[in-house]
Amino acid sequence: MSVHNDELYQEVILEHNKHPRNFRKIDPCSHQAEGYNPLCGDHLKVYLQVSAEGRIEDLAFEGDGCAISKASASMMTAVLKGRSVEEARALFEEFRGLVMKELDPQAGSHHLGKLTVFSGIWKYPSRVKCAILAWHTLKGALDKTAVVSTE
Amino acid sequence: MAFNIEKIRRDFPNLMARARDEKPLVYLDNAATTFKPCQVISCTHAHYCHKTANIHRGVHYLSEEATAEYESTREKVRRFLNASSLCEIVFTKGATESINLVAASYGRSALKSGDEVLISQMEHHSNIVPWQLLREATGCVIKVAPINDRGELLLDEYRKLLSPRTKIVSIVHVSNSLGTVNPVKELARLAHEAGAVFLLDAAQGVSHEPIDVQDWDVDFLAFSGHKLFGPTGVGVLYGKERILETMPPYQGGGDMILSVTFDRTVFNRLPLKFEAGTPNVAGVIGLGSAIDYIRAVGWEDMITHKKDLVDHGHKVLNAVPGLRMIGTARNKAPIFSFVLEGVHAHDIGTLIDREGIAIRTGHHCTQPVMERFGVPATARASLAFYNTKEEIDLLVKALLKVREVF
Repeated sequence: MSVHNDELYQEVILEHNKHPRNFRKIDPCSHQAEGYNPLCGDHLKVYLQVSAEGRIEDLAFEGDGCAISKASASMMTAVLKGRSVEEARALFEEFRGLVMKELDPQAGSHHLGKLTVFSGIWKYPSRVKCAILAWHTLKGALDKTAVVSTE
Repeated sequence: MAFNIEKIRRDFPNLMARARDEKPLVYLDNAATTFKPCQVISCTHAHYCHKTANIHRGVHYLSEEATAEYESTREKVRRFLNASSLCEIVFTKGATESINLVAASYGRSALKSGDEVLISQMEHHSNIVPWQLLREATGCVIKVAPINDRGELLLDEYRKLLSPRTKIVSIVHVSNSLGTVNPVKELARLAHEAGAVFLLDAAQGVSHEPIDVQDWDVDFLAFSGHKLFGPTGVGVLYGKERILETMPPYQGGGDMILSVTFDRTVFNRLPLKFEAGTPNVAGVIGLGSAIDYIRAVGWEDMITHKKDLVDHGHKVLNAVPGLRMIGTARNKAPIFSFVLEGVHAHDIGTLIDREGIAIRTGHHCTQPVMERFGVPATARASLAFYNTKEEIDLLVKALLKVREVF
């Protein structure tokens, strides 16, 4: 169980878990939603400030969760800040594809970049929900769905 | 028979299974479900191979044989619980259904608006939600007896919550998330003094110590076969005959009737009144075999061995830096719920799974317990009599590795 050859608990994930980016509340904000993973008790809130032109000016999250869900939320906020809502929705689909093993990060074009650290998670079906919770919550916020559950 | 752990372990083929990445399995998730000895597996297998028949209605040989085996399990369960009569043993699909049966049948006919149901803060969701459904239906009130920091029921508070309005008290025997063993006899006595009926949720407790429904004087008792080294999908409701007699059927269907016309149905006698439809015949017969197995091993040796496991577990787990044990009751089953500082329970579960160690992580269907201790989730290692101290040591070794990663 060495840190260096671990496909799931990679350094970048452990680092984001320890020092999550954009771990705060945005108040007031244009969009927000709460996400639950009833299986784990993971619980987080995602806040967005979206401009009139549909650009994500600020994005942050708060909550409790495992290293996978926290790191995923942290990396999501870092990647999406400054992007358009359309780009965020497209990246949601790509990320979902990645963790469900529908998208092969080695083949074809995608925009996942650093997010490919989650590519091995499909081998741990019970943890896929942890990785995708923040993204589902983001989508819920954009769709104006107040509460999102992974069950 | 001397307690020979090596011999016992050979009875459970699943202990030899391989875990992730072909690692030898260390199975510490017995509170979720227990493994089945060969005796149970071959008994169920034999039923499906050459004894299959429906019961209670055939005149042919196999049906009569299957009926006899099914009904002989009822007698085994009666003796196992020391119930006074066979008609007090109802087969269900599990402890959850048993509790729902009482809530729906007894609860809806005996309770009215303002009546109270008393449960405890350490109940499993299956001993909370059925009473909430009953509250919807009758307007009854649910009271909750609190627990202390060790995870023990506060007896004084329990006593204070009992009143003439209390109609049902439903308490867990052994907590699945804390390991606490409750003083059942005392709780039942106090409930009766208040005029309430007492239901014992023995889902975890049934494998912990011998049960005596008459000595403990419980009115209802629920357990599942699969936590007693038997098959899944089968359980038992024990109920005192005089109470079961007054209760309306829970479900309607075949087997629970004596005669049916479109105008009127005459219900069957106890306990068949509560066994509508074809039951889990193979499961019931397998449960009978599991009870035979436990009797053969003997309670005394199992209890001594499990006490050793509790003592050893507390000693070595408490020595892990940053580990906080959730549930330190003085009377405890070998269930160790814990949190590790700075590491979420799920990350512990996944990391040690790769060492071949199977534990449960999450809220264990006891969200109010998690709230009481201020944690979102715990890691839980739960042991059966076939587990060893060496397996606890492997858990500790894996936890120390987890600490290195985080």
